[in-house]
Amino acid sequence: MKILKVMAALSAVALALAGCNSKSSTIKIGSIGPLSGPYAVYGGDCKNGIELAVNEINAAGGINGQQIELIAEDDEGQPEKSVSAYKKLVTKDGAKIIIGSLTSGCAIAITPLAQAQKVVQIAPAATAPAVTDAGNFIFRACYDDPFQGTVGGKFAGENLGAKKAAILYDIGNDYSVGLTENFEAAFQKAGGTIVSKESYSTGDKDFNAQLTKIKNANPDVVYLPDYYSTVALIVKQLRAQGINTPIVGADGWDGLTENAGDEVLNGFYSNHYAADSTEPKVQNFVTNYKAKYSLTPTAFAALGYDSVYMLKDAILKAGKTDSEAVRSALEATNGDYVTGHLTFNEKHNPVKGAVIVELVKGADGKLTTVYKATVNP
Amino acid sequence: MWNGVPRDCIAGVFILNYNIREKSFLENTLNSTSIFIQQFVNGLSLGSIYALIALGYTMVYGIVKLINFAHGDVMMIGAYAGYFVLTALGTTALGMSLAFVAAMVTCALLIILIERVAYRPLRSAPRLNSLITAIAIELILQNLMRVLPFVGPNPRQYPTMATVNFNWGLVSISNIQVVVIVLSAALMIILNYIVNYTKVGKAMKAVSFDMGASSLMGINVNRIITLTFVIGSVLAGAGGVLYATAYPQIDPMMGYIPGLKAFVAAVLGGIGSIPGAMVGGMILGIAETMVKAYFPAPQYADAISYCILILILLVKPAGLLGKKMRVKV
Repeated sequence: MKILKVMAALSAVALALAGCNSKSSTIKIGSIGPLSGPYAVYGGDCKNGIELAVNEINAAGGINGQQIELIAEDDEGQPEKSVSAYKKLVTKDGAKIIIGSLTSGCAIAITPLAQAQKVVQIAPAATAPAVTDAGNFIFRACYDDPFQGTVGGKFAGENLGAKKAAILYDIGNDYSVGLTENFEAAFQKAGGTIVSKESYSTGDKDFNAQLTKIKNANPDVVYLPDYYSTVALIVKQLRAQGINTPIVGADGWDGLTENAGDEVLNGFYSNHYAADSTEPKVQNFVTNYKAKYSLTPTAFAALGYDSVYMLKDAILKAGKTDSEAVRSALEATNGDYVTGHLTFNEKHNPVKGAVIVELVKGADGKLTTVYKATVNP
Repeated sequence: MWNGVPRDCIAGVFILNYNIREKSFLENTLNSTSIFIQQFVNGLSLGSIYALIALGYTMVYGIVKLINFAHGDVMMIGAYAGYFVLTALGTTALGMSLAFVAAMVTCALLIILIERVAYRPLRSAPRLNSLITAIAIELILQNLMRVLPFVGPNPRQYPTMATVNFNWGLVSISNIQVVVIVLSAALMIILNYIVNYTKVGKAMKAVSFDMGASSLMGINVNRIITLTFVIGSVLAGAGGVLYATAYPQIDPMMGYIPGLKAFVAAVLGGIGSIPGAMVGGMILGIAETMVKAYFPAPQYADAISYCILILILLVKPAGLLGKKMRVKV
């Protein structure tokens, strides 16, 4: 009996002391992204961009003297795993700021949780409009699909001069469906007609049936709004059927240069930045990234990098790391970053332009992208 | 009741083609026929691959009454073997032939190991145990490939030759489709020869008919069973290389869906029957492609293919070419 009383007293003291722990001397930022699986190219690049920014800031003394501690989690591109990663970061690691997730489906899975628990969430590259619907703690660093789809439609109709377009999209994917609707509207507004609109399911590998129908409709341009791994397969079968029109896509195409062959030449896609741009901020970023990772950064790396810098500016402006203060400082962002000049509108979506890049064969015989045009809102 | 259907179909096509005003009636008919043939070729190409893999399922079931769920992943390993050979040698004719050989040899060796370690000890155990072991092998293969450092979980681009399109009048076919269809047909003809015209084939049929009596007749049952597994896996390895050539993206989970569909195809044609697997594979491939081509909602293609399976099993429970098993009480 006496032992029990002593034990109880000791544990109460221990708990009290634990509760008195002073606040941590690092700013914890959690990142969630697909580090393995079919979107690993995006996740890896984004994480590299985030890490580059964090290391740069820490080397320069941190934010207000505090170092940033980055904890990265892998969600494999699956929404259930994003939720698990989020819960681990917030409850176990105590992060109050999350950069993630990368793909729209995964980001949407965690926004209600972040909003309810007052965790600041920046989705670096999720373009589906529904991402920022959950509330005022959710931000995104990139433009959204309505804008991107419109850009694609305008480009196909005006710059490429196409009159008839065919679309092949993934009916089970928010990203693909959103882009298709907006492309259609913009293309028709530019005076064109959609001669064929075919769909497939996520995970399908055989598109020959749909492509035969598209070929028969005789389009001037084909719009393929999906991620690089699926697009690589589609374009192979598309060219095998003899469809030699230009092909247009969106930011999901980033990564095709490493995962496809010559069949994607004569392809254009809307992206968040162009690595060969002459802006000093872009060149600085590209040089530092290449020095550290020996790769040219994709847009996802640039967006991850920008997310960290946006947070840094917000925390400096707020003067403290309390999530409500950071949130309101972030709302007032107005600065120049690698992906352009950025301000937020009332839905926490950035107001900035899009670039169109073209897939060409570089001097070394490998696929690369070059800047083609800029489209502004 | 069905007599009027063909007449009505022709009438329907006639009316449809007469009414499409932009082109002449003859042009429309030729166009529709051309598209139909094109889609049929697409389906045939897909169906050939399903048939190759279904053959492995059906042969193994016929001889040891085991559904080898790991078969789809043997196909995946064949695809990876081909990948490594082609990255080393390039997509020349020599490279492609060696890729096939490497895939077939790797799969054969793998299945000998699996059969010896996992399936043979359980031959006298209840069938459920073997089934669960097969599922375990499937999971082991998939996750082992994910974890191996030179493989990894990310999809890789499979090296393929440049695509060339052949246009003969009404038909447009790509060189890849030609390779798939011709090679599958060749392999199935060779299999047919082995099973029906050689002594080994006769032994295989004997063992699948009655294992006990065959061993009494002097047939080395263990060796014949291993040989059956090997032949099935060789076909799966070739099927893996063909699948990767047609859909050039490989990852450790790639065998799951084709394996499932091939199993469905084997059941559809009558599990245990070799012609049944070939027919089932073709039917499934063509049905899937035709639904995607002509049904207004192509995402239901898989659902409809499986509904066809259910319908056929309702009418003929043993499958299209399967034999009704009489159980003597």
